[in-house]
This record gives sequence, C-alpha cells and structure tokens, in this order.
Amino acid sequence: MTAKAMATRDAYGEALKELGKINKNVVVLDADLSKSTKTAEFQKEFPERFINVGIAEQNLIGTAAGLSTTGKIPFASSFAMFATGRAFEIIRNSVAYPKLNVKVAATHAGLTVGEDGASHQALEDISIMRTIPNMVVINPADGIEAKKAILKLAEHVGPAYIRLGRSKVPVIFDESNYEFEIGKGIQISDGNDVTIIGTGIMVSMALEAKEILSKEGINARVINIHTIKPIDQDIIIKSAKETGAIVTAEEHNVIGGLGSAVAEVISENYPVPLIRVGVNDTFGESGSGDDLLKKYGLTPENIAESARKVVLKKKK
Amino acid sequence: MDNYCELKEISNKLRKNIINMIHESKSGHPGGSLSACEILTTLYFKEMKIDPKNPKWEDRDRFVLSKGHAAPVLYATLAEKGYFPKEELMKLRKIDSMLQGHPDMKGTPGVDMSTGSLGQGLSAANGIALAGKIDNKGYRVYALLGDGEVQEGMIWEAAMFSAHYKLDNLTVFLDHNGLQIDGNNEEVMNIEPIDKKFEAFGWNVIKIDGHDFKQIIKAIEKSKNLKEKPTIIIAKTVKGKGVSFMENEAGWHGNAPNDEQTNQALNELGGEI
Repeated sequence: MTAKAMATRDAYGEALKELGKINKNVVVLDADLSKSTKTAEFQKEFPERFINVGIAEQNLIGTAAGLSTTGKIPFASSFAMFATGRAFEIIRNSVAYPKLNVKVAATHAGLTVGEDGASHQALEDISIMRTIPNMVVINPADGIEAKKAILKLAEHVGPAYIRLGRSKVPVIFDESNYEFEIGKGIQISDGNDVTIIGTGIMVSMALEAKEILSKEGINARVINIHTIKPIDQDIIIKSAKETGAIVTAEEHNVIGGLGSAVAEVISENYPVPLIRVGVNDTFGESGSGDDLLKKYGLTPENIAESARKVVLKKKK
Repeated sequence: MDNYCELKEISNKLRKNIINMIHESKSGHPGGSLSACEILTTLYFKEMKIDPKNPKWEDRDRFVLSKGHAAPVLYATLAEKGYFPKEELMKLRKIDSMLQGHPDMKGTPGVDMSTGSLGQGLSAANGIALAGKIDNKGYRVYALLGDGEVQEGMIWEAAMFSAHYKLDNLTVFLDHNGLQIDGNNEEVMNIEPIDKKFEAFGWNVIKIDGHDFKQIIKAIEKSKNLKEKPTIIIAKTVKGKGVSFMENEAGWHGNAPNDEQTNQALNELGGEI
C-alpha cells in the first residue's frame, strides 16, 4: 500500500476547522473526549461554537437536537460505542423522528480501538444506525474520504451518522480529485471473477486481497461502499450480474452491517453467492488493533480466502 | 371576581377540549393534561412572544413539552390560540391526523420539539436556549417537565448543563402532581426533596400552586429577572384537576373516559365559570 496513512478521526478534526470557517452555523459538541475525537481542533479556533457537555451522551444528542431546531448544524461527537449505544434512543426519538439536522460523528469504532477492549469496541453501530428511518450512515475508507464526507454532510440537511476510527489507515484517495457523493458506491478496481465490497478500513484490505488473488488468476473487482444507508443498489446489482459472486468486508459484526445490507440488496434483486467477512457475532478483547484484526479474521488473507470459497459456489 | 377571569375561562375551555378529544379518540392521557392547563394558558395567552400565523418565526419564544404524553393540553392550547382549526382536535390519535399521540414538530404547527419518550425535553430546551445565547437572540425557552419524568437520568445530565451554561433564558415548570402510572411518586420512586436537588444543581427554584394564575405569572416574571441561572418553577398541581372523579387518581393517567364519564366531566367543567 501507499506509505501515507492517516486516522479518519484526524481528518474529522481538519474538516471541522474548515467547516468552522466556511459555515457559521456549524457548532460542535463533545462529551469530554475532545482530544481523542479531535473536536479540540475546532474548539481552539472557534471556542464560542464549541460545547462540552461533560460525560453525558444522552444530553449530548438531546442538546444537539435543540440547537438544530434554531438553524444550527451541530456535530455531536463521542466514541462510537457511547454515541450509538448509550444515546440510541435519543438519536431515534429526538433527532431522526423529527428529521433534525444533527450529525453524529463517532470515533473509535470497531476492533481497532485496540487495548481498551470489548467495552469500547463498537461492532454494532452501523447496524443500530441503519435501522433508524431518516438516518444516513457513512463509513469512510480513508482520511481523504472522511474529510470530504464531513464537508458534504454539513451541506446535507437531515440526520446523519459518520463512523470514524482511532488508528491510522492507508490513504487510498487523492484529495485533489476525489469527490464525495452521499449514497454513491465507488468501483476502485475492475475485475470479473468476484466482487469484494468493502467499507471503512476494510477497503484498503480488499485491495490487498485483490493482489493476493490476482497471483492465483482470480480477477477480483473492488468496490467501496462508504454510504451504508442509503446504499448504492445499482453498483451492487451490476457487480452481482457481472461477477456472479460477492464478498463483503467490514470492521463490524457480520450481523446487521454492510454484509447484511448487501445481502438484502442482492437477495431481492439478483441473488448470487455471498460471504461476509467481519467479526463473527462475538465480542472483542484487549490487544493491538493489528493483532485483533488477525485474531478475529479481518485481514486481506481472510478476504482472499472467502473470495476463493465464494467463487467455487458460483452458479455454473 | 379577580383579574384572571379571562385566563380561567380559557383554561376551562382547554379542559373541555381535552376531555372531548380523548373521549373521541378513546385513547390519551387526561390526568397530566388537566394538571397543566393553567400553566399552558398563562404561557400561551399571557406570556410567550409568539405568532400563530408564523409558527416558525425565528425570534419567537419556544415551548418544549417534555412530558409529551400531555399532548392533549398542548393541542388544545395551540388550537385555542389559532395555530390550526379546532376541528382537528377531534382527530387526535387517529390515522392520518396531524395530532399524533405524542407531539410531532413536523406534523403540528406550533409544536417546537418532538417529544414523548420521557426525559429528553430538557436537553432540547437547553440546546434552543444555548443557541439563543450564541446568537444574542432575545427569545426565552419554556419547558414543562413531569414529576415522574425526573426519575430519568438524562434529566440530571441536562440539569447540570443548564446551570453550567448559565441559561437564564430558560424557565422550566415541573408539573408536580405527585402521581405516575404505577402510583405515587413517593411509592414508585421518591423524587423528594426535588427543590433541593435542583438547587444543588445550580438552579433558581420557585415553588408555587400550579393552578393559581397570580402565582404562575409572578413566578415567570421573577424567572425573567433572575440572571446567570436557569429557573425551575415547581408547580404543585392536582392530576386530573377540574374533573372530580379524575382528581388525584393515578388510574386516570392514560385512560379515556366513556360517554357517561365524559358527560359528567363536561357538566362539572361547565359549572366552573
């Protein structure tokens, strides 16, 4: 992969600083994690528009809801576990139901939180958020995509969830020519034998898996689904038709996230064999992010192995 | 005769409409609606800077009904104030109605915040009040909490916030009727001393009789003059107020009266003014 790497939470901090300058209505809320979520970057520049609610995630979201009714564009931040878990019902009832313009920007999602262990590893957040009506769910693949997505979300009117990570991830996209469009999947690499659909940090691993497979004569298409909801049905159906087999890859429980969303699309439109790579309905544990990804089966080799299997299941 | 005759007349109309609409829908919450009639009457007909012809006027005072199940009193008030035709009241809780079982800001003109799940309204009121501070707007934010509702932890997250951010443009009423679905607050989960709790969280606390217009008006006036702190007006009220068989009965929290009970209730209310 490229030598460049950046954590999506760092991109969030940068994007907020830009947003603060270009949009006076942007306000940022945090629940005592501003250094970790990188909202402190915004606080430094725009202290009058930064609100720390203390360790109180329910009030974090409820306050953001109130602010948004006056025309503010609140970005409410915490760790993914607490934002979507603890504050779920507030997001549902006080934000999504009235369709308020609140952005829930959650960092430290997935296994790669690492050493803090299972209590801090949100593996359910995509599932929880995508089941809420009116909610847009975004999971960027790298720092560039994260930054562009955040800037775009400030223009989008309505509730949204954006999932960000703690650890550095390889940079895939080029800032100068990358355009982010909510709900639009991106084909990163062509191929006709199988499609690997990745989201978040698993997109760069999907590209690595493609390299592994190409040495064996398997030509894998790679697609980045940054928006889990609304999901890009067209790109998924097209790939199902053209490659006849799909592997999904996500740093999330295999239940309810990207894999489930893709399964819904193909089973209702163009059924083809599918294998989901992700955390296999279990809690994580303490360890380094890389060690955890290996132990729980979220590596390029795991994706490649699933691709080999799904190719064998293709209809002849 | 005192000076509050007109307000009394309005709150009596609200009570009748509450009974009528809940009877018509065969569903709804009369007890906690009837206990808040004087408070909403005072806010909407005496106090708040609002324009029913322009419900989204950005400089308007706001009201958040945190105890969202008391939607009938809010709907009756908004209809009386002219936000929508009174005929709509008879569609409460029915399919395709603008009047949902709990307040929906996207469906009902004049509703400033969607509520219903208890404990969430104070946070929203905080957000609106804080936005007013950030933008140097002169509007005030009013909220009505239930006394059972303060058992929710989120209320105390929010209470801490209001004081921390010195939201003196926020006036909260606590509709302290002493009853919740399963019985007395004291038996279900004692909230007392509720005044001391809010004081300890940094609030101005005013205690009044929540059915006495003079005291309600005076308390609001006082809250507007108290600076640097949010104010909570703990209003002692009677659940089911105005209807003899509903008064102080937890059973009337969420039950609709039948035809006979409705007639009796309307007769009693008709006799009040």
